[in-house]
Amino acid sequence: MRFWPLIRLVPRATHFNFVGLAPFAAVLSVLLVAGSAASLAIQKVNFGVDFVGGTMMEVSTPGPAPLSLIRQDLDAMGAKDGQVQGVGGGDGAVLRFGNVAGQTAEAGPVFVAAKLQTAIPGLKVTQESFVGGAFSTELMWSGLTALGIALGLMLLYIWFRFQLQFGLGAILALAHDIILTIGFLSITRIEVSMTSIAALLTVIGYSMNEKVISFDRLRENLRKYKTTPLRDVINLSENERLSRTIITGTTALLALSGSMFNVHSALFSLTATMAFGIVIGTYSSIYVALPVILLWGVKRDEDEAEPIKLQPARR
Amino acid sequence: MLALSRWKIILVLGSVIFGILFSLPNVLPDNVLAQWPGFLPHARLNLGLDLQGGSSLLYEVDTDALRKERLTDLAEEARTSLHDAQIEFSDLAVVNGLVSLRVTDPTQVDAALTAMNKVGGALQTGGRDVMVTRQPDQHIQIAFVPQAAQQDAQNAVSQSIEVIRRRIDLLGTKEPDIRRQGTNRITIEAPGESDPQKLRDVIGQTAKLTFQMVDETAGQPQSLTDPVPPDDVIMANSEVGQGQPFYVLKKRVVVSGEMLTHAQQGFDQQSNNPDIDFRFNGAGARRFGEATMQNVGKRFAIVLDNKVISAPVIESAIMGGQGQITGSYTLESATQLALLLNSGALPAPLKVIAQEKVGAGLGADAVRAGEISLGIGAALIFAFIILAYGLFGVFAAIALIVNLLMMFGALSMTQATLTLPGIAGLILTMAVAVDANVLIYERMRDEANAGRTPISAADTGYRRALTSIFDANVTTMIAALIMFSFGAGPVKGFAWTLSIGVLTSVFTAVLVTQLLIGWWFRVARPKALPIA
Repeated sequence: MRFWPLIRLVPRATHFNFVGLAPFAAVLSVLLVAGSAASLAIQKVNFGVDFVGGTMMEVSTPGPAPLSLIRQDLDAMGAKDGQVQGVGGGDGAVLRFGNVAGQTAEAGPVFVAAKLQTAIPGLKVTQESFVGGAFSTELMWSGLTALGIALGLMLLYIWFRFQLQFGLGAILALAHDIILTIGFLSITRIEVSMTSIAALLTVIGYSMNEKVISFDRLRENLRKYKTTPLRDVINLSENERLSRTIITGTTALLALSGSMFNVHSALFSLTATMAFGIVIGTYSSIYVALPVILLWGVKRDEDEAEPIKLQPARR
Repeated sequence: MLALSRWKIILVLGSVIFGILFSLPNVLPDNVLAQWPGFLPHARLNLGLDLQGGSSLLYEVDTDALRKERLTDLAEEARTSLHDAQIEFSDLAVVNGLVSLRVTDPTQVDAALTAMNKVGGALQTGGRDVMVTRQPDQHIQIAFVPQAAQQDAQNAVSQSIEVIRRRIDLLGTKEPDIRRQGTNRITIEAPGESDPQKLRDVIGQTAKLTFQMVDETAGQPQSLTDPVPPDDVIMANSEVGQGQPFYVLKKRVVVSGEMLTHAQQGFDQQSNNPDIDFRFNGAGARRFGEATMQNVGKRFAIVLDNKVISAPVIESAIMGGQGQITGSYTLESATQLALLLNSGALPAPLKVIAQEKVGAGLGADAVRAGEISLGIGAALIFAFIILAYGLFGVFAAIALIVNLLMMFGALSMTQATLTLPGIAGLILTMAVAVDANVLIYERMRDEANAGRTPISAADTGYRRALTSIFDANVTTMIAALIMFSFGAGPVKGFAWTLSIGVLTSVFTAVLVTQLLIGWWFRVARPKALPIA
């Protein structure tokens, strides 16, 4: 029972010099942001059928439509972002796909139809036309507006509960995370669909949670140690919450790990993006948000220090 | 904080029972659920299109009607331009798909052609969308160029998609999938349980609202084809058998539906019947005020989709820009009309081409793979948290199970649509829920290491951690609520699961574990914390 619970193995106090690494982290962050921006500028992101539209093909089969077989065939033919959906009584399917590798826009659907007909005898194409993306420009703008207002209000709340520089640090760190996550989508060529939007929102949510938890410890220690230099207080706070950071981060990654075993699952790109965001969100709390506060400085006047009277332990 | 007060026990037990009761229908087989007594909840999780499929509707924009309307507008534009240029003309009419007119004075034909330069719009590919030609006998013809028809249809489809999305979003979080298909078609897919007839009701109506003056000099027409002055138009009464069957109205639209800022279902103060209360924007209020001031004693007509809903007499100038639409409305039809008015009019009528059932977008195998992944994820979380925190980890795991029950219960109860983005929201709330417990336990360790007795360390741990938990979750809640009210589609679904998750996870992570730990202190009277 000595090793269980495992938490006993975690040292009671650590003394990592988090702030000391900040200059290197700054260089790393700048490089990562620049890399993401460059990738976005050069190859943009790989928008799926949800965004840019593609071909819609309705097929009927003599027996029950073999949906997963059709899906595999679409993938094998190099049809981009293939989606297959059963329709009617089960002997039909709707296929949606983008460009087909090595085929022109006109030849793509013909190629797919011919291949499917040889693969599945008796398959008939009943309809074929162009479909637009489900994610329209207006939907995109309403989403961005919502995100903008949400970020603004979170900034106000953090300003109200902490200080303005905390809020700005958090927003800057969030911007860093968003750029890097989009950069990740761009570099990995993950097809950006509706679910990628959800992944991005999740990353923002997790990252914001990290920032607030980190600020909370910092605020408390700023009140406790009024004359200690800011960089030492930051180091102390981060060391104090280190075990929590590790355990929560591990838990979050474990929650996602289920779908990481299956690379072909529809959830893989979603969870891969979220996992990337969790790592980045944790990193940016320590190395973007806090350095902003360190560079800017914090207000540490006597009025702020009232709660310290409550600190001595009462038995 | 660890005292086992009665309200805490009742609250926790109550929410556990709530969670179990409302989640239960999801795991019961159909025949058991059918025999379930009526007072127990029956609602199951409302799975989205991507997870369970639903029904699909294929609509086509009525291009003939669109064409007709565009020609009528074009004729009105021509009329206004000629009026402005003070050119006399006659025989202005829409014939054979083009607008034709005759200029009275032969010397003014050139001036009229110049005035016609302003009518019509631009093509996206450059150039004008109309062609003006001079015909013998002082006639002028204005026709749309062939490309205009396609452009109009495309624009109508894009606008219709946005209007439909607003309408369906106002019905609740159904998360439909709306796409353009070909040039003039729209496919709408709505998840499983949603009622296709309800969707058709909401989508099928154009909901074009106008306010026009009644031409009191024209008398009472007997049919829609009676001759009327060129500035007038005949419209039927929407309620057959009540009042006069047809009205002669001025063609000029005083105020139209685009100038409404808000409409809602209300009650008529005299009859107490359901009605629709609306408010105009600034421009609309001004125009309506001026028109009513100049026409006291006359009637104006409220026209919906080319039928007169009502034609009240103007008693006095109506300023302030507020009004009611009364008629024989039920609560439901009044609410639906308000919804339609709020989401704007369709640019052209839509025809249903096909309606069919569609399977899950992700495919059954993908959904199963997702379920397995989530299962593995949850199992790993439980294993890890118990390994890390021992007995307290078991408490946290119990709290997590209660949390899941409550979330599924709340999602089933509110009938919000759960989609893949929503599941992402669920994973985030699970992680944050565990985080709350981790924060509390780490605080307890700090306090115990600082030399407090187990009970005091546990108590202080809870109190200290609460500030962090509070701040972090208020921040998340702000974001979730904003995204819910401003976002659309997948953003909305994500925000809804996230808001439910924030509430339930704070509740379970703080209260449920507190109760369990408090009870453990009572029973075991420990000398040390298991985690210190």
